[in-house]
Amino acid sequence: MDDLSDLYQDIILSHNKRPRNQGELANATGTAEGYNPLCGDHIHVYVHQDESGKVDDISFTGKACAICTASTSIMTEAVKGKSREEIDAKAAEALEMLTSKEEPTFDLLEQGDFAALAGVRQFPARIKCATLGWHTLESALKGGETVNTEKEDE
Amino acid sequence: MSDRDPRSDFPILARRVGSGEGKPLVYLDNAATTQKPIHVIETVDRFYRQENANIHRGVHYLSMNATDAYDRARERIAETIGAAHPAEVVFVRGTTEAINLVASSFAGDRFQPGDEIVITRMEHHANIVPWQLLAQKLGVVLKWAPVTDSGEIDLDAFRACFSEETKLAAFTQVSNALGTINPAKEMVAIAREFGAHVLVDGAQGVAHGMVNVADLGADFYAFSGHKVVGPDGIGVLWGRRELLDSMPPYQGGGDMIARVSVEKTTFRDSPERFEAGTPNISGAIGLGAAFDYLAGLGWDEIRRREQDVLDYATERLGEIEGIRILGPADTRGKVAVISFTMDSAHPHDIGTILDTEGIAIRAGHHCAQPLMDFYQIAGTARASFAFYNNRDDVDRLMDGIAKVKKFFG
Repeated sequence: MDDLSDLYQDIILSHNKRPRNQGELANATGTAEGYNPLCGDHIHVYVHQDESGKVDDISFTGKACAICTASTSIMTEAVKGKSREEIDAKAAEALEMLTSKEEPTFDLLEQGDFAALAGVRQFPARIKCATLGWHTLESALKGGETVNTEKEDE
Repeated sequence: MSDRDPRSDFPILARRVGSGEGKPLVYLDNAATTQKPIHVIETVDRFYRQENANIHRGVHYLSMNATDAYDRARERIAETIGAAHPAEVVFVRGTTEAINLVASSFAGDRFQPGDEIVITRMEHHANIVPWQLLAQKLGVVLKWAPVTDSGEIDLDAFRACFSEETKLAAFTQVSNALGTINPAKEMVAIAREFGAHVLVDGAQGVAHGMVNVADLGADFYAFSGHKVVGPDGIGVLWGRRELLDSMPPYQGGGDMIARVSVEKTTFRDSPERFEAGTPNISGAIGLGAAFDYLAGLGWDEIRRREQDVLDYATERLGEIEGIRILGPADTRGKVAVISFTMDSAHPHDIGTILDTEGIAIRAGHHCAQPLMDFYQIAGTARASFAFYNNRDDVDRLMDGIAKVKKFFG
């Protein structure tokens, strides 16, 4: 398998072609916009949290590249029905996997579709495409400030 | 075509790129920056090995020689672009600085609240943002001339943006995002009817041998060296001499003054007035060498090679289902730039896949977001060719596109 097939795995292409949890959420309790001006990725993430803070519903809309679309689609599946604590842990894992120069410390095989994104690390120019959905989720849960990959403090 | 292949003058074109053994480079990002011929590389190398000294201040041998070389480069460039006098050629860092200089020292010095500046929807951000900053600061008003669906300027619609309040028109000669060649001369004439001054952004035009400022009739013309096989960090603002001499300095410092005393400083005339501090001496000399090289090749030959590769690429890409080329349909109305989208794949994904095949293109908004907004797209994939590209490069691009289709259908 060459590098490119690591990046554009069938799982990624499938999520790109048929993104899960797509559309607006009419009763959203939080929403945020994410923008990656380098690539042109532009998404909105909608969450609905119950009284306990659990995200019982989530969706997204937008125009984005395959990596961003698939990553965001996978993100919605990974966090739906999870508590805030579980989501924070999941987001930290995702961002570690996507940005760390080291091999991930957790077992990729247990991560399902999520693991398909590991190939992105070989393509530094595309990492921001993959992290945008997760950052936008964090913002939607925290108050909804627009995420712009070129205004990060990193 | 001539027997001599200019490709062999560009050492970088022989390299491989990417992981492992890599792939032979196919460089199709010439609208972003061009590669450098050995003639330019050796000129800059020789300057630092043999000739380096500061200019305009030494009495010693090297300084006088460096000054001569710097001045000769200015003369060479003035001659190439049809300037009336070398003093009309101001060395700057590039197109962006040239436009900012005009925004600051010309418009910023004399425009009043309510004065109007006409720009177009196809401008590069470098010819938008300086005017927006000025609008915020001075209360001048920006008027946006529309583009047609084929990415061209409609002269009637352009004219409709002008009024008695119009003080300046600032537009590009060639669209960096689409390759459209604008009817710049006619646009200058329209601005003149309303008594407006004119700045032409020549960043994309200059590489295709389109610049003759006397013929164009504008007041200012801006371009970057790196887009015309010269070094980066050097560019030119051409301006009419009487206008330049009527403008206050852009930056203060050494080399731009006639006399500095505790009470008062008087300034030199153009171009020194606008060249405060030690300039990019090697860059200016390298840019002079770039124009020498291009003149040796011949602008007719350059255009013939570019037209051939543009026509061939347009034909081949046009055969592929799901590809849409933006900009003028007639390749005679554009430079060798093909900006395209694919139904199945996002520009960034196209760019990544082509990159793994050694093919360098640009994917994104091309610093022309208002134009992308007009087309309601986030960006395009852009293959931009130079005279050293050939049909083999186009064939490799087509193989790369086939690979994109393999992944995305």
